[in-house]
Amino acid sequence: MQALNTQSATYNDGVIRQFSIMAVVWGVVGMLVGVIIAAQLVWPELNLGLPWTSFGRLRPLHTNAVIFAFGGCTLFATSYYVVQRTCHTTLFLPQLAKFTFWGWQAVILAAAISLPLGFTQGKEYAELEWPIDILITLVWVAYAVVFFGTIGTRKVKHIYVANWFFGAFIITVALLHIVNSAAMPASMMKSYSAYAGVQDAMVQWWYGHNAVGFFLTAGFLGIMYYFVPKQADRPVYSYSLSIVHFWALIFTYMWAGPHHLHYTALPDWTQSLGMAFSLILLAPSWGGMINGMMTLSGAWHKLRTDPILRFMIVSLSFYGMSTFEGPMMAIKTVNSLSHYTDWTVGHVHSGALGWVGLVSMGAIYYMIPRLFGQKQMHSMKAIELHFWLATVGIVLYIAALWIAGVMEGLMWRAINADGTLTYTFVESVKAKHPYYIIRMLGGLLYLSGMIIMLWNVLKTATSGKAAIATIPPVAAHA
Amino acid sequence: MDINTLRILATVMSFIVFIGIIIWAWKRRDTSDFKDAANLPFTND
Repeated sequence: MQALNTQSATYNDGVIRQFSIMAVVWGVVGMLVGVIIAAQLVWPELNLGLPWTSFGRLRPLHTNAVIFAFGGCTLFATSYYVVQRTCHTTLFLPQLAKFTFWGWQAVILAAAISLPLGFTQGKEYAELEWPIDILITLVWVAYAVVFFGTIGTRKVKHIYVANWFFGAFIITVALLHIVNSAAMPASMMKSYSAYAGVQDAMVQWWYGHNAVGFFLTAGFLGIMYYFVPKQADRPVYSYSLSIVHFWALIFTYMWAGPHHLHYTALPDWTQSLGMAFSLILLAPSWGGMINGMMTLSGAWHKLRTDPILRFMIVSLSFYGMSTFEGPMMAIKTVNSLSHYTDWTVGHVHSGALGWVGLVSMGAIYYMIPRLFGQKQMHSMKAIELHFWLATVGIVLYIAALWIAGVMEGLMWRAINADGTLTYTFVESVKAKHPYYIIRMLGGLLYLSGMIIMLWNVLKTATSGKAAIATIPPVAAHA
Repeated sequence: MDINTLRILATVMSFIVFIGIIIWAWKRRDTSDFKDAANLPFTND
Protein backbone atom coordinates (compact mmCIF):
# COMPACT_ATOMS: atom_id res chain seq x y z
CA MET A 1 0.00 0.00 0.00
CA GLN A 2 2.83 2.34 0.93
CA ALA A 3 4.63 1.55 -2.31
CA LEU A 4 1.44 2.21 -4.22
CA ASN A 5 1.10 5.62 -2.59
CA THR A 6 4.62 6.76 -3.43
CA GLN A 7 4.15 5.47 -6.94
CA SER A 8 0.98 7.46 -7.48
CA ALA A 9 2.61 10.63 -6.16
CA THR A 10 4.19 11.33 -9.54
CA TYR A 11 2.59 12.34 -12.83
CA ASN A 12 2.45 9.72 -15.58
CA ASP A 13 4.50 11.50 -18.24
CA GLY A 14 5.87 8.49 -20.15
CA VAL A 15 2.92 8.26 -22.49
CA ILE A 16 3.05 12.06 -22.98
CA ARG A 17 6.72 11.84 -24.02
CA GLN A 18 5.82 9.15 -26.57
CA PHE A 19 2.88 11.09 -28.02
CA SER A 20 4.84 14.39 -28.16
CA ILE A 21 7.78 12.91 -30.08
CA MET A 22 5.48 11.04 -32.48
CA ALA A 23 3.41 14.21 -33.05
CA VAL A 24 6.53 15.90 -34.41
CA VAL A 25 7.58 12.84 -36.46
CA TRP A 26 4.11 12.46 -38.02
CA GLY A 27 4.00 16.23 -38.56
CA VAL A 28 7.10 15.98 -40.77
CA VAL A 29 5.69 12.95 -42.63
CA GLY A 30 2.22 14.45 -43.18
CA MET A 31 3.53 17.81 -44.31
CA LEU A 32 6.04 16.11 -46.63
CA VAL A 33 3.17 14.26 -48.35
CA GLY A 34 1.38 17.63 -48.57
CA VAL A 35 4.34 19.20 -50.35
CA ILE A 36 4.57 16.20 -52.70
CA ILE A 37 0.93 16.49 -53.78
CA ALA A 38 1.27 20.30 -54.08
CA ALA A 39 4.21 19.60 -56.42
CA GLN A 40 2.08 17.07 -58.34
CA LEU A 41 -0.43 19.84 -59.04
CA VAL A 42 2.42 21.90 -60.54
CA TRP A 43 4.11 18.97 -62.35
CA PRO A 44 1.52 16.19 -62.85
CA GLU A 45 4.26 13.79 -64.02
CA LEU A 46 5.35 13.52 -60.39
CA ASN A 47 2.60 10.95 -59.85
CA LEU A 48 5.14 8.63 -61.55
CA GLY A 49 2.30 7.03 -63.51
CA LEU A 50 1.72 4.59 -60.63
CA PRO A 51 -1.63 4.08 -58.88
CA TRP A 52 -0.02 4.05 -55.39
CA THR A 53 1.55 7.49 -55.85
CA SER A 54 -1.37 9.14 -57.66
CA PHE A 55 -2.90 12.35 -56.29
CA GLY A 56 -6.23 10.70 -55.46
CA ARG A 57 -4.58 8.25 -53.06
CA LEU A 58 -1.89 10.52 -51.61
CA ARG A 59 -4.28 13.37 -50.83
CA PRO A 60 -6.28 11.43 -48.19
CA LEU A 61 -2.94 10.13 -46.88
CA HIS A 62 -1.86 13.76 -46.39
CA THR A 63 -5.10 14.85 -44.67
CA ASN A 64 -5.23 11.78 -42.42
CA ALA A 65 -1.56 12.15 -41.49
CA VAL A 66 -1.71 15.83 -40.56
CA ILE A 67 -5.13 15.74 -38.86
CA PHE A 68 -5.18 12.39 -37.07
CA ALA A 69 -1.47 11.56 -36.77
CA PHE A 70 0.09 14.99 -36.12
CA GLY A 71 -3.02 16.65 -34.65
CA GLY A 72 -4.18 13.48 -32.89
CA CYS A 73 -0.85 12.75 -31.17
CA THR A 74 -0.64 16.42 -30.14
CA LEU A 75 -4.12 16.24 -28.59
CA PHE A 76 -3.39 12.99 -26.72
CA ALA A 77 -0.12 14.44 -25.38
CA THR A 78 -1.48 17.83 -24.34
CA SER A 79 -4.76 16.53 -22.87
CA TYR A 80 -2.89 13.95 -20.74
CA TYR A 81 -0.45 16.67 -19.64
CA VAL A 82 -3.16 19.22 -18.79
CA VAL A 83 -5.66 16.88 -17.13
CA GLN A 84 -3.08 15.54 -14.68
CA ARG A 85 -1.67 18.93 -13.74
CA THR A 86 -5.01 20.69 -13.31
CA CYS A 87 -6.53 17.75 -11.41
CA HIS A 88 -3.46 17.14 -9.20
CA THR A 89 -3.59 13.44 -9.86
CA THR A 90 -1.95 10.83 -12.05
CA LEU A 91 -3.56 9.24 -15.12
CA PHE A 92 -6.41 6.84 -14.44
CA LEU A 93 -5.58 3.23 -15.53
CA PRO A 94 -1.99 3.77 -16.82
CA GLN A 95 -2.04 0.48 -18.77
CA LEU A 96 -5.04 1.71 -20.75
CA ALA A 97 -3.20 4.98 -21.43
CA LYS A 98 -0.34 2.89 -22.85
CA PHE A 99 -2.86 1.08 -25.05
CA THR A 100 -4.10 4.43 -26.43
CA PHE A 101 -0.56 5.20 -27.59
CA TRP A 102 0.18 1.89 -29.30
CA GLY A 103 -3.39 1.56 -30.61
CA TRP A 104 -3.30 5.02 -32.14
CA GLN A 105 0.09 4.32 -33.80
CA ALA A 106 -1.41 1.12 -35.23
CA VAL A 107 -4.33 3.13 -36.68
CA ILE A 108 -1.86 5.55 -38.29
CA LEU A 109 0.21 2.70 -39.72
CA ALA A 110 -2.91 0.97 -41.08
CA ALA A 111 -3.92 4.26 -42.74
CA ALA A 112 -0.46 4.75 -44.23
CA ILE A 113 -0.63 1.29 -45.82
CA SER A 114 -4.30 1.01 -46.82
CA LEU A 115 -4.78 4.47 -48.36
CA PRO A 116 -1.99 4.23 -51.01
CA LEU A 117 -3.29 0.72 -51.81
CA GLY A 118 -6.60 2.35 -52.69
CA PHE A 119 -8.82 1.10 -49.86
CA THR A 120 -11.28 3.87 -49.02
CA GLN A 121 -14.85 4.49 -47.88
CA GLY A 122 -14.80 7.58 -50.08
CA LYS A 123 -15.87 9.90 -47.24
CA GLU A 124 -13.64 12.92 -46.74
CA TYR A 125 -11.63 12.67 -43.47
CA ALA A 126 -13.39 9.32 -42.84
CA GLU A 127 -11.72 7.32 -45.62
CA LEU A 128 -10.43 4.45 -43.49
CA GLU A 129 -12.17 1.11 -44.04
CA TRP A 130 -14.30 -0.65 -41.44
CA PRO A 131 -11.68 -2.84 -39.64
CA ILE A 132 -9.58 0.28 -38.98
CA ASP A 133 -12.75 2.14 -37.90
CA ILE A 134 -13.34 -0.52 -35.25
CA LEU A 135 -9.78 -0.12 -33.95
CA ILE A 136 -10.27 3.67 -33.82
CA THR A 137 -13.44 3.12 -31.77
CA LEU A 138 -11.61 0.87 -29.28
CA VAL A 139 -8.74 3.35 -28.84
CA TRP A 140 -11.17 6.22 -28.49
CA VAL A 141 -13.25 4.51 -25.79
CA ALA A 142 -9.99 3.75 -23.91
CA TYR A 143 -9.00 7.43 -24.29
CA ALA A 144 -12.37 8.52 -22.84
CA VAL A 145 -12.01 6.13 -19.89
CA VAL A 146 -8.49 7.39 -19.11
CA PHE A 147 -9.40 11.06 -19.49
CA PHE A 148 -12.71 11.09 -17.62
CA GLY A 149 -11.36 8.62 -15.05
CA THR A 150 -8.58 11.10 -14.30
CA ILE A 151 -11.11 13.90 -13.90
CA GLY A 152 -13.24 11.65 -11.70
CA THR A 153 -10.29 10.99 -9.36
CA ARG A 154 -9.18 14.64 -9.18
CA LYS A 155 -7.94 16.10 -5.90
CA VAL A 156 -9.26 19.62 -6.50
CA LYS A 157 -12.80 20.97 -6.51
CA HIS A 158 -13.05 22.57 -9.96
CA ILE A 159 -12.64 21.09 -13.40
CA TYR A 160 -10.43 23.58 -15.25
CA VAL A 161 -11.95 25.00 -18.46
CA ALA A 162 -9.29 23.38 -20.70
CA ASN A 163 -10.56 19.97 -19.54
CA TRP A 164 -14.11 20.91 -20.54
CA PHE A 165 -12.90 21.55 -24.08
CA PHE A 166 -10.84 18.32 -24.17
CA GLY A 167 -13.82 16.41 -22.78
CA ALA A 168 -16.24 17.82 -25.37
CA PHE A 169 -13.72 16.95 -28.09
CA ILE A 170 -13.46 13.33 -26.92
CA ILE A 171 -17.22 12.76 -26.56
CA THR A 172 -18.16 14.46 -29.83
CA VAL A 173 -15.51 12.73 -31.91
CA ALA A 174 -16.76 9.37 -30.57
CA LEU A 175 -20.32 10.25 -31.59
CA LEU A 176 -19.31 11.57 -35.03
CA HIS A 177 -17.07 8.62 -35.81
CA ILE A 178 -19.63 5.97 -34.89
CA VAL A 179 -22.56 7.58 -36.74
CA ASN A 180 -20.68 8.51 -39.93
CA SER A 181 -18.70 5.26 -40.16
CA ALA A 182 -21.80 3.05 -39.84
CA ALA A 183 -21.47 0.73 -42.84
CA MET A 184 -22.27 -2.74 -44.12
CA PRO A 185 -19.04 -4.71 -44.74
CA ALA A 186 -18.89 -6.51 -48.09
CA SER A 187 -15.41 -7.99 -47.59
CA MET A 188 -12.36 -7.48 -45.39
CA MET A 189 -11.53 -4.08 -46.91
CA LYS A 190 -14.75 -3.00 -48.61
CA SER A 191 -17.98 -1.67 -47.12
CA TYR A 192 -21.06 0.32 -48.06
CA SER A 193 -22.40 3.30 -46.11
CA ALA A 194 -25.48 2.74 -43.95
CA TYR A 195 -27.07 5.83 -45.53
CA ALA A 196 -28.04 6.64 -49.09
CA GLY A 197 -28.18 9.69 -51.33
CA VAL A 198 -28.58 13.12 -49.81
CA GLN A 199 -28.93 11.67 -46.28
CA ASP A 200 -25.48 10.14 -46.72
CA ALA A 201 -24.14 13.50 -47.88
CA MET A 202 -25.69 15.28 -44.88
CA VAL A 203 -24.38 12.71 -42.37
CA GLN A 204 -20.93 13.01 -43.98
CA TRP A 205 -20.82 16.81 -43.69
CA TRP A 206 -22.38 16.81 -40.25
CA TYR A 207 -19.36 14.65 -39.45
CA GLY A 208 -16.96 16.66 -41.62
CA HIS A 209 -17.75 20.05 -40.20
CA ASN A 210 -17.85 18.84 -36.63
CA ALA A 211 -14.49 17.15 -37.16
CA VAL A 212 -13.31 20.70 -37.85
CA GLY A 213 -15.33 22.04 -34.93
CA PHE A 214 -14.41 19.49 -32.30
CA PHE A 215 -11.23 17.69 -33.41
CA LEU A 216 -9.52 20.76 -34.90
CA THR A 217 -11.11 23.46 -32.73
CA ALA A 218 -12.41 22.36 -29.31
CA GLY A 219 -9.38 20.16 -28.64
CA PHE A 220 -6.93 22.87 -29.63
CA LEU A 221 -8.88 25.45 -27.61
CA GLY A 222 -8.19 23.16 -24.65
CA ILE A 223 -4.50 23.57 -25.50
CA MET A 224 -4.95 27.34 -25.77
CA TYR A 225 -6.67 27.65 -22.37
CA TYR A 226 -3.81 25.92 -20.55
CA PHE A 227 -0.62 26.73 -22.46
CA VAL A 228 -1.24 30.42 -23.25
CA PRO A 229 -1.79 31.31 -19.55
CA LYS A 230 1.24 29.16 -18.57
CA GLN A 231 3.57 30.67 -21.16
CA ALA A 232 2.33 34.22 -20.44
CA ASP A 233 2.49 33.46 -16.70
CA ARG A 234 -0.93 34.94 -15.92
CA PRO A 235 -4.41 33.41 -15.59
CA VAL A 236 -6.84 33.53 -18.48
CA TYR A 237 -8.32 36.99 -19.14
CA SER A 238 -11.92 36.08 -18.18
CA TYR A 239 -13.06 32.79 -16.72
CA SER A 240 -16.72 33.79 -17.23
CA LEU A 241 -16.06 34.40 -20.92
CA SER A 242 -14.38 31.00 -21.18
CA ILE A 243 -17.56 29.32 -19.87
CA VAL A 244 -19.81 31.24 -22.26
CA HIS A 245 -17.30 30.50 -25.06
CA PHE A 246 -17.50 26.78 -24.32
CA TRP A 247 -21.29 26.48 -24.24
CA ALA A 248 -21.77 28.77 -27.24
CA LEU A 249 -19.51 26.51 -29.31
CA ILE A 250 -21.30 23.38 -28.07
CA PHE A 251 -24.75 24.74 -28.88
CA THR A 252 -23.94 26.08 -32.36
CA TYR A 253 -21.26 23.97 -34.06
CA MET A 254 -23.49 20.93 -34.56
CA TRP A 255 -25.78 22.84 -36.95
CA ALA A 256 -23.21 24.29 -39.34
CA GLY A 257 -22.53 21.21 -41.54
CA PRO A 258 -25.07 21.96 -44.32
CA HIS A 259 -22.92 24.88 -45.57
CA HIS A 260 -20.78 22.20 -47.26
CA LEU A 261 -23.81 21.30 -49.40
CA HIS A 262 -25.05 24.67 -50.69
CA TYR A 263 -26.87 24.45 -54.04
CA THR A 264 -27.08 20.64 -53.92
CA ALA A 265 -30.01 18.23 -53.56
CA LEU A 266 -30.14 19.07 -49.85
CA PRO A 267 -33.45 20.85 -49.00
CA ASP A 268 -33.12 24.62 -49.29
CA TRP A 269 -34.25 25.26 -45.69
CA THR A 270 -31.48 22.99 -44.40
CA GLN A 271 -28.92 24.95 -46.39
CA SER A 272 -30.22 28.25 -44.99
CA LEU A 273 -30.21 26.86 -41.45
CA GLY A 274 -26.58 25.76 -41.87
CA MET A 275 -25.69 29.20 -43.21
CA ALA A 276 -27.41 31.00 -40.30
CA PHE A 277 -25.63 28.91 -37.67
CA SER A 278 -22.30 29.33 -39.45
CA LEU A 279 -22.76 33.10 -39.19
CA ILE A 280 -23.66 32.84 -35.49
CA LEU A 281 -20.42 30.86 -34.95
CA LEU A 282 -18.42 34.02 -35.51
CA ALA A 283 -19.42 35.23 -32.02
CA PRO A 284 -18.08 32.34 -29.89
CA SER A 285 -15.01 32.00 -32.12
CA TRP A 286 -14.01 35.61 -31.68
CA GLY A 287 -14.97 35.53 -28.00
CA GLY A 288 -12.47 32.71 -27.53
CA MET A 289 -9.81 34.45 -29.58
CA ILE A 290 -10.21 37.67 -27.58
CA ASN A 291 -10.04 35.70 -24.33
CA GLY A 292 -6.75 34.12 -25.39
CA MET A 293 -5.20 37.33 -26.70
CA MET A 294 -6.28 39.50 -23.76
CA THR A 295 -4.59 37.02 -21.42
CA LEU A 296 -1.47 38.86 -22.54
CA SER A 297 -2.75 42.30 -21.52
CA GLY A 298 -0.01 43.96 -19.50
CA ALA A 299 2.52 41.42 -20.75
CA TRP A 300 2.69 42.21 -24.45
CA HIS A 301 6.42 42.91 -24.20
CA LYS A 302 6.96 39.16 -23.70
CA LEU A 303 6.16 38.67 -27.38
CA ARG A 304 9.38 40.45 -28.28
CA THR A 305 11.61 37.96 -26.48
CA ASP A 306 9.58 34.74 -26.31
CA PRO A 307 9.22 32.89 -29.63
CA ILE A 308 7.04 30.17 -28.02
CA LEU A 309 4.48 32.73 -26.88
CA ARG A 310 4.64 34.22 -30.38
CA PHE A 311 3.68 30.83 -31.87
CA MET A 312 0.60 30.80 -29.64
CA ILE A 313 -0.53 34.38 -30.20
CA VAL A 314 0.00 34.37 -33.98
CA SER A 315 -1.92 31.09 -33.98
CA LEU A 316 -4.84 32.92 -32.31
CA SER A 317 -4.64 35.61 -35.01
CA PHE A 318 -5.01 32.94 -37.66
CA TYR A 319 -7.89 31.43 -35.65
CA GLY A 320 -9.63 34.82 -35.73
CA MET A 321 -8.92 35.23 -39.43
CA SER A 322 -10.16 31.83 -40.52
CA THR A 323 -13.25 31.97 -38.27
CA PHE A 324 -14.15 35.26 -39.94
CA GLU A 325 -13.50 33.86 -43.41
CA GLY A 326 -15.48 30.66 -42.72
CA PRO A 327 -18.83 32.27 -41.84
CA MET A 328 -18.39 34.63 -44.79
CA MET A 329 -17.84 31.69 -47.17
CA ALA A 330 -20.91 29.95 -45.68
CA ILE A 331 -23.14 32.77 -46.99
CA LYS A 332 -24.88 31.21 -49.99
CA THR A 333 -24.09 33.99 -52.46
CA VAL A 334 -20.40 34.01 -51.48
CA ASN A 335 -20.37 30.22 -51.54
CA SER A 336 -21.69 30.19 -55.11
CA LEU A 337 -18.37 31.81 -56.04
CA SER A 338 -16.03 30.05 -53.63
CA HIS A 339 -17.33 26.46 -53.59
CA TYR A 340 -15.23 23.86 -55.47
CA THR A 341 -12.42 26.43 -55.95
CA ASP A 342 -8.97 26.61 -54.35
CA TRP A 343 -10.26 29.39 -52.07
CA THR A 344 -11.74 26.62 -49.92
CA VAL A 345 -8.39 24.82 -49.81
CA GLY A 346 -6.71 28.11 -48.83
CA HIS A 347 -9.29 28.69 -46.07
CA VAL A 348 -8.74 25.23 -44.59
CA HIS A 349 -4.99 25.76 -44.55
CA SER A 350 -5.26 29.16 -42.90
CA GLY A 351 -6.98 27.31 -40.06
CA ALA A 352 -4.85 24.17 -40.20
CA LEU A 353 -1.36 25.63 -40.71
CA GLY A 354 -2.07 28.89 -38.89
CA TRP A 355 -4.27 27.98 -35.95
CA VAL A 356 -3.93 24.22 -35.34
CA GLY A 357 -0.30 23.92 -36.47
CA LEU A 358 1.16 26.92 -34.66
CA VAL A 359 -0.66 26.35 -31.34
CA SER A 360 0.45 22.68 -31.40
CA MET A 361 4.06 23.64 -32.02
CA GLY A 362 3.90 26.22 -29.22
CA ALA A 363 2.50 23.64 -26.78
CA ILE A 364 5.07 20.99 -27.76
CA TYR A 365 7.93 23.51 -27.38
CA TYR A 366 6.53 24.22 -23.90
CA MET A 367 6.26 20.56 -22.87
CA ILE A 368 9.41 18.96 -24.31
CA PRO A 369 12.03 20.61 -22.04
CA ARG A 370 9.85 19.98 -18.97
CA LEU A 371 9.28 16.34 -19.91
CA PHE A 372 13.00 15.71 -20.40
CA GLY A 373 14.32 17.60 -17.37
CA GLN A 374 15.76 20.55 -19.31
CA LYS A 375 15.50 24.28 -18.60
CA GLN A 376 14.58 25.11 -22.19
CA MET A 377 14.72 23.77 -25.73
CA HIS A 378 18.16 22.86 -27.14
CA SER A 379 18.14 25.94 -29.41
CA MET A 380 15.92 29.01 -28.92
CA LYS A 381 17.37 30.46 -32.16
CA ALA A 382 16.00 27.44 -34.03
CA ILE A 383 12.52 28.11 -32.57
CA GLU A 384 12.80 31.70 -33.79
CA LEU A 385 13.77 30.49 -37.27
CA HIS A 386 10.94 27.93 -37.24
CA PHE A 387 8.46 30.67 -36.36
CA TRP A 388 9.44 32.85 -39.31
CA LEU A 389 9.64 29.98 -41.81
CA ALA A 390 6.16 28.83 -40.76
CA THR A 391 4.59 32.30 -40.79
CA VAL A 392 5.99 33.32 -44.19
CA GLY A 393 5.04 29.88 -45.53
CA ILE A 394 1.41 30.27 -44.40
CA VAL A 395 1.10 33.77 -45.85
CA LEU A 396 2.47 32.64 -49.24
CA TYR A 397 0.20 29.59 -49.19
CA ILE A 398 -3.08 31.31 -48.38
CA ALA A 399 -2.46 34.43 -50.48
CA ALA A 400 -1.70 32.29 -53.55
CA LEU A 401 -4.87 30.25 -53.10
CA TRP A 402 -7.04 33.32 -52.47
CA ILE A 403 -5.99 34.67 -55.85
CA ALA A 404 -6.21 31.29 -57.59
CA GLY A 405 -9.60 30.48 -56.05
CA VAL A 406 -11.36 33.78 -56.69
CA MET A 407 -9.90 33.87 -60.20
CA GLU A 408 -11.11 30.41 -61.15
CA GLY A 409 -14.52 31.07 -59.56
CA LEU A 410 -14.91 34.20 -61.67
CA MET A 411 -13.70 32.37 -64.82
CA TRP A 412 -16.23 29.55 -64.33
CA ARG A 413 -19.17 31.95 -64.11
CA ALA A 414 -18.07 34.35 -66.89
CA ILE A 415 -20.62 34.34 -69.72
CA ASN A 416 -20.48 35.87 -73.20
CA ALA A 417 -23.23 38.11 -74.60
CA ASP A 418 -24.75 35.10 -76.40
CA GLY A 419 -24.93 33.08 -73.18
CA THR A 420 -22.02 30.71 -73.86
CA LEU A 421 -19.20 30.22 -71.35
CA THR A 422 -16.26 32.60 -71.79
CA TYR A 423 -13.66 30.09 -70.59
CA THR A 424 -13.23 26.36 -70.91
CA PHE A 425 -12.45 24.48 -67.70
CA VAL A 426 -8.89 23.78 -68.76
CA GLU A 427 -8.24 27.50 -69.23
CA SER A 428 -9.03 28.04 -65.55
CA VAL A 429 -6.64 25.21 -64.64
CA LYS A 430 -3.89 26.73 -66.76
CA ALA A 431 -4.41 30.19 -65.21
CA LYS A 432 -3.76 28.73 -61.73
CA HIS A 433 -0.34 27.32 -62.60
CA PRO A 434 1.84 30.18 -61.23
CA TYR A 435 -0.17 30.25 -57.98
CA TYR A 436 0.27 26.51 -57.54
CA ILE A 437 4.03 27.09 -57.65
CA ILE A 438 3.79 29.77 -54.93
CA ARG A 439 1.54 27.49 -52.85
CA MET A 440 4.08 24.68 -53.10
CA LEU A 441 6.90 27.02 -52.02
CA GLY A 442 4.81 28.16 -49.03
CA GLY A 443 4.25 24.53 -48.05
CA LEU A 444 7.96 23.81 -48.48
CA LEU A 445 8.83 26.64 -46.06
CA TYR A 446 6.32 25.31 -43.53
CA LEU A 447 7.77 21.79 -43.87
CA SER A 448 11.35 23.01 -43.44
CA GLY A 449 10.33 24.72 -40.19
CA MET A 450 8.87 21.42 -39.01
CA ILE A 451 12.10 19.56 -39.87
CA ILE A 452 14.05 22.10 -37.79
CA MET A 453 11.61 21.45 -34.96
CA LEU A 454 12.20 17.69 -35.19
CA TRP A 455 15.97 18.25 -34.94
CA ASN A 456 15.49 20.62 -31.99
CA VAL A 457 13.14 18.23 -30.18
CA LEU A 458 15.41 15.21 -30.66
CA LYS A 459 18.45 17.22 -29.50
CA THR A 460 16.58 18.32 -26.35
CA ALA A 461 15.28 14.81 -25.65
CA THR A 462 18.62 13.04 -26.13
CA SER A 463 20.62 15.55 -24.05
CA GLY A 464 18.14 15.26 -21.19
CA LYS A 465 16.50 12.28 -19.54
CA ALA A 466 12.94 11.38 -18.69
CA ALA A 467 11.95 13.74 -15.88
CA ILE A 468 9.84 12.52 -12.97
CA ALA A 469 7.37 15.20 -11.89
CA THR A 470 5.91 14.86 -8.42
CA ILE A 471 2.33 15.83 -7.70
CA PRO A 472 2.23 18.80 -5.34
CA PRO A 473 0.03 18.48 -2.23
CA VAL A 474 -3.55 19.64 -2.59
CA ALA A 475 -2.94 22.23 0.12
CA ALA A 476 -1.09 24.21 -2.53
CA HIS A 477 -4.51 24.88 -3.93
CA ALA A 478 -5.73 27.87 -1.92
CA MET B 1 -47.66 14.69 -29.84
CA ASP B 2 -46.21 15.56 -33.24
CA ILE B 3 -42.47 14.82 -33.49
CA ASN B 4 -41.92 18.36 -34.77
CA THR B 5 -43.41 19.83 -31.60
CA LEU B 6 -40.84 17.83 -29.63
CA ARG B 7 -38.06 19.13 -31.85
CA ILE B 8 -39.21 22.72 -31.43
CA LEU B 9 -39.42 22.24 -27.67
CA ALA B 10 -35.88 20.79 -27.52
CA THR B 11 -34.51 23.71 -29.53
CA VAL B 12 -36.28 26.36 -27.49
CA MET B 13 -35.26 24.68 -24.21
CA SER B 14 -31.63 24.57 -25.37
CA PHE B 15 -31.77 28.27 -26.14
CA ILE B 16 -33.24 29.10 -22.73
CA VAL B 17 -30.59 26.95 -21.01
CA PHE B 18 -27.86 28.76 -22.96
CA ILE B 19 -29.18 32.20 -21.95
CA GLY B 20 -29.30 30.89 -18.36
CA ILE B 21 -25.63 29.84 -18.60
CA ILE B 22 -24.63 33.32 -19.81
CA ILE B 23 -26.46 34.99 -16.91
CA TRP B 24 -25.02 32.48 -14.40
CA ALA B 25 -21.44 32.90 -15.67
CA TRP B 26 -21.74 36.69 -15.72
CA LYS B 27 -23.16 36.90 -12.18
CA ARG B 28 -20.32 34.80 -10.77
CA ARG B 29 -17.52 36.63 -12.58
CA ASP B 30 -15.94 38.11 -9.42
CA THR B 31 -16.46 35.15 -7.08
CA SER B 32 -13.55 33.33 -5.50
CA ASP B 33 -14.79 30.12 -7.15
CA PHE B 34 -13.97 31.43 -10.60
CA LYS B 35 -10.68 32.91 -9.39
CA ASP B 36 -9.67 29.55 -7.90
CA ALA B 37 -10.61 27.76 -11.10
CA ALA B 38 -8.73 30.24 -13.29
CA ASN B 39 -5.63 29.76 -11.11
CA LEU B 40 -5.64 25.95 -11.33
CA PRO B 41 -2.80 25.86 -13.92
CA PHE B 42 -0.59 27.75 -11.44
CA THR B 43 -1.03 25.50 -8.42
CA ASN B 44 1.67 23.14 -9.63
CA ASP B 45 4.90 25.08 -9.55
